[in-house]
Formats: sequence, C-alpha cells, structure tokens
Amino acid sequence: MADQAAVVPVRRGAFGRAVAAVVWKDLAAEFRSRELLGAMLVFALLVVLIFNFALELDVRTRSTVTAGVLWVTFAFAGTLGLNRSMGAEKDRGCLDGLLLAPVDRSAIYFGKVVANLAFMLVVEAIVVPVYSLLYNVPLLVPGLLGVIVLGSIGYVGVGTLLASMAVQARTRDVLLPILLFPVVLPELLAAVKASEGFLQGLAAADILPWVNLLLVYDVVFLVVAWMVYDYVVEE
Amino acid sequence: MDPMPKGLKALNAVTGVLFVVALYLVLFYAPREAVMGEVQRVFYFHVAAGWVGALAFIVAAVSGVVYLARGDHRWDRVGLASVEIGIAFTLINIISGSIWARPVWNTWWTWDPRLVTATVMELIYIAYVMLRQGIEDPDRRARFGAVYAIVGFLSVPLTFLSIRIFRTIHPVVIGSSDPTAQGTFDMTPKMLTAFMFSLLTFTFIYATLLWHRLRLEVLSERVERRKIDLTAGGL
Repeated sequence: MADQAAVVPVRRGAFGRAVAAVVWKDLAAEFRSRELLGAMLVFALLVVLIFNFALELDVRTRSTVTAGVLWVTFAFAGTLGLNRSMGAEKDRGCLDGLLLAPVDRSAIYFGKVVANLAFMLVVEAIVVPVYSLLYNVPLLVPGLLGVIVLGSIGYVGVGTLLASMAVQARTRDVLLPILLFPVVLPELLAAVKASEGFLQGLAAADILPWVNLLLVYDVVFLVVAWMVYDYVVEE
Repeated sequence: MDPMPKGLKALNAVTGVLFVVALYLVLFYAPREAVMGEVQRVFYFHVAAGWVGALAFIVAAVSGVVYLARGDHRWDRVGLASVEIGIAFTLINIISGSIWARPVWNTWWTWDPRLVTATVMELIYIAYVMLRQGIEDPDRRARFGAVYAIVGFLSVPLTFLSIRIFRTIHPVVIGSSDPTAQGTFDMTPKMLTAFMFSLLTFTFIYATLLWHRLRLEVLSERVERRKIDLTAGGL
C-alpha cells in the first residue's frame, strides 16, 4: 500500500510533464517558424472578408449572423491549423520520434490538443476584436468568450484525433474537413446558438441547454478520443 | 469458387418470400389512409429503411469496438459491410421521405431534426468509406475504420438532440405524439400489421445482404492473395 501511494503521484507527475513537453515542443516550433499561426490568421481574416461581400453584412443582418460568421471562420481556420500541425509531425518523421518516447500515448494526444487549442485561441483572440472593430459589433461579452473556449475545446479534441488519421491517408489534405465537419456539427450548432444567445442578451434559461450540450460534447469526445488514440498512432 | 452455403440459400428464399408478402400487405392489405391517401403507404418501407440504416450503423460501431479489442479482421469486414448497407438504406429512407413530404408538407425538404440527422449520418458514413479508400495498409485501414465508426456513431444522437431543441414538424407515429407535428395519423390494426411486417422483412433483407457482402469480401481477399502468389511465382 505504502509503495503504491508513493508510486502514483510520481506517475501522475510524469504524465503531466510529458504533456507539457509536447505542448512546449509545438509552441517552440511555432514560435520559431510562425508558419501555422500566420496561415490560420490570414485565412480567418479572408473568410471574414468574403462573408462581408457574400452576406452584405449591413447593420440589420449583422446582429443575426455574427455568431454564425464567427464560428464558420473558426472552423475553417481550425481545419487548416489541425492539418498543418499533424502534417508536420508526419512529414518530418517527428511522429515516429514522439511514439518512441517512453510515455503514455495519451500524453501525446493531450499535448497536441493543448497546443492546437492554444493556436486556435490565439487566432480567435485576434479575429474577435478585429471583427468587432470592422463591423462595429460589441463582442466583449464574457459569456461569449466562455462559449468560444468551450466550443474550441470540443472542436480541437475531435479534430486532433481525426487529423492524426487524415494525415496518414493518401488523400490527406482533402480528407480532414470531410471527416471532421459531420462529426463536429452538434458542437458547432450549439456554439453558434449559445453565442447568438449571449450576443442578443437572451435569458440564461434559453442559453443553458446549448451550453450544456457543449459541455457534454466536450467531455464525451475528449474521453473517447483519449481511449482510442493508441489505435490511431500505432505502427 | 465455394458454392453458396445452404444457410445463405435458405435465407435468400425466406427473404424473397417475405418481401413479396410485405409488398402485398403494404399495397393491398393495409387500408388507404383517410387524409393523406395512397402516399401514406410510403411510410411502411420508409420507416423500415430508416430502421435498417440505424441498425447497420449500430452494428458497425459495435464491430468497431470488438475489432479494436480483439484485432480480428472478421469484425472489420462486418463493420465495412454494415456501413455500406446502412448508406444504401439511409438513402432510401431520405428519398422515400422526400416523396412523402412533397404532398403532405408541400415541400421536398425541410430542416427538421430527423431529416438533418439522417443526412448528417449519411455524410459521416460516406466519409468513413472515403477514409478507408485513402489507406492501403489493411491493419491501419481496419483500425481507422473502427475508430471513425465509433466516433461518428456517438455524434449522431448529439446531432439529433441539438436540432431537436428547435421545434420539429416530423410526425411521431410511434410513442407520444407532438401536437405541432404535421401529417401524423393513428395506425389501424391492419396498418400496424403491415408496418411490423415491413420492419421484419427489412431486417431479413439486411441480414441477407450482410451475409452476401461478407462472402464477397472474403472471396475478393482470396483473389487478391492469388494474384500476389501468381506474380511472386512468375518472378
């Protein structure tokens, strides 16, 4: 008993350190190359720009479509980032190196999730104020920011798992959105509806079902991805 | 080539007879619905096809779990065969529903939870087939297929739930009835007989197709091996 009690905290610490190491590696690589964030950002801003012309974002339309435009932008920029993040691992043989490391495979999964989430949040942190500025829509609503974080967690959680599969297929570049969008649809829908609720100042009772759905989705898919990740990176 | 197993021959015959009887029950035995008229007869095969679609995807998800647990390729074949059948029947379900909706709802399509869920489900399993096509290594293909079948299947109820939070107009014929549904009706005993028989018949069709598809897969794998043996012998 005493032995076990002594061993468990050490292991936990090791898991946390492994996750942190993967996150650190991704952030350091990105900080030096800046190829992923740059592409995601420019792409996201282009999407916002295209929406401006496609939807004629005049004052009246803006109030109803802002949440939708934002989430479509995040989802598109997100696929770009996920593909790039996992593709780089695959191309340069880094994934094999990671797999050789004597750590739990799920540590790699969570490390990639945290790093991808960080990239996505950075993009969102820039796109939201820019959108707010360009279209004169006040977006600094605490509830909205919470929804953005919750929605991004689920999106990246499933996205990282599916991107790990997509990059190992022949049709890798086109495959990720096809795999990801139908699966992540409930998450996006709930995120759009909850964001809209906060933007229009609806009562908490109207927003709560959507927030609950986001929470359920996040938990279910993080747990499932964690359970099956071993089979996805196995050689 | 192996002769067809006796069980499969018997199943062919039983399914054929059941189908003819089901056609009779649906077209002649079941009474004409008072409000909707003959078009209501779509209902019997429409629901039965939807049932087979759902059953097929459940079987695929369960085979995915069993394959990951045991690594036996037979389960991978069951998963693939089941998904292919599910795609065909879900398509029948969507199209027949559309034919019914045109006169009853006065539109081919509406963004109702069940319609959207069926469509998203169809897209998920088309993505499943595309994912498999992109991977050559049979082990990896089987593992990815299993993972995606599980992840995709889990998102289906969440999709339904998320769209259900909006109001629905789809009739609920079995179980509690929603007063806002359009085109609902009460089944007479004869209708119920035809309906139950259709469900039974379609379940038999599913089993028959699954067996044929599994047999085809085994045969095609054998052909593949022979080809490899022949080229190896020629060199």
